[in-house]
Amino acid sequence: MSLGLSSEPDRAALAWAALATVMDPEVPVVSLVELGIAREARLADGGVVEIVLTPTYSGCPATELIEQQARAAVEAAVAGPVRVLTQRAPAWTTDWISAEGRRKLREYGIAPPGPAEVHGGGESVIRFMPRAASVTCPRCDSPDTERLSAFGSTACKALYRCRACSEPFEHFKPI
Amino acid sequence: MTTPSITVSPDPQLQYLLRLADTCLIHAQRLAEWCGHAPILEEDIALTNLSLDLIGQSRALYSHAATVEQRLTGVVRDEDAYAFLREERDYRNPTLVELPMRRSISGPAEDFAGTVLRNLLVATLLKQVWEALSAPGGTADAELAAIAAKSLKEARYHQQHSADWVVRLGDGTEESARRLRDALQRQWPYVTELFESDATDAAAATAGLGPRMADLRAAWEAEIHQVFAAAGLTTPKATTFRSTGRQGVHSEHMGFLLAEMQSLQRAYPGGVW
Repeated sequence: MSLGLSSEPDRAALAWAALATVMDPEVPVVSLVELGIAREARLADGGVVEIVLTPTYSGCPATELIEQQARAAVEAAVAGPVRVLTQRAPAWTTDWISAEGRRKLREYGIAPPGPAEVHGGGESVIRFMPRAASVTCPRCDSPDTERLSAFGSTACKALYRCRACSEPFEHFKPI
Repeated sequence: MTTPSITVSPDPQLQYLLRLADTCLIHAQRLAEWCGHAPILEEDIALTNLSLDLIGQSRALYSHAATVEQRLTGVVRDEDAYAFLREERDYRNPTLVELPMRRSISGPAEDFAGTVLRNLLVATLLKQVWEALSAPGGTADAELAAIAAKSLKEARYHQQHSADWVVRLGDGTEESARRLRDALQRQWPYVTELFESDATDAAAATAGLGPRMADLRAAWEAEIHQVFAAAGLTTPKATTFRSTGRQGVHSEHMGFLLAEMQSLQRAYPGGVW
């Protein structure tokens, strides 16, 4: 590029850096990059900066807002046209949440997800959630917790209670 | 002022996609009747969460259908046109998902036992569909495979949640077991339709778009029977009754559902949030 604009690879890097500053609207301490929602920032034909996002849950009401905020952040950070692409495959998994993202979730009071289950077929349909779940309380670190509800304030979270400190807390469901 | 209805191409591949999308959307619309009314708060949140996932799945399928129809006919539509601007006969969901759920002006509704039972029947069906479509070589349609892989994760949660409840009620009190048995008697005659093969199914299988529903029945039954056994339920005898929602011939309840669901979009053409 000419006219003093930043060089081509830099624009992709700048876009990626901008995405790392966009927080999830419902968990405003972790970024789209840390959650694994932002998959890629790249340069396409015609100098278009393409950013690739993947949805978390099909019905997540924050999906459109996330797109808008990602676009606004990247447009403010790089010169020239920006395109937002939605990519469904491979399907988002909580395994993509970074270590830093997990630390921030815990600090925010949300127990981070364990590894997503591997489904090999042949498993039982009836799998009652164990009462004493292996989820650690994000406040007092006690493993003595119980699940109150499989569904929480958002699609991605379940509601738990710590039996040690008696505080309720949310758990990011592994998916 | 009202918005006129759209007429969708009869292409079997498009119809196959719309059947899946309509099943998700109409089931979601019925589940949403529980919003603010479930017996306990946790279930209120759970049922609306399931509904939200299903609406999301239908949106992805309708958007994909729009791409397919544009390629076939050149007509440009969006997801809302399919969801809100078709006539009753053009919806292709099986009748089971359109039957009144919590309350209805068009007939008797289900209770909570009937709701968790229908959730189990439908979630297990959708799980089989998504599994088949997301398996290697399951469909020649890459976008459909991607939608299926994402939806499968959600369908597993839905099935697990409803299976838990069916066992809890079936193996619960006399009253809860009776209500669940009654619900099964009401709903089981509508199961036959879920797995009936027809020209749309055959065309999809031939084109490599996806499985015939009949091919999913054995796996569906195996999972349903697991839950029924734990819940103390006996599978009712087959009857000669045949529902025909997948052919577009719906029950008397469908018109009322659509009238409510479509009214806003009909009165305010192109209205968005």
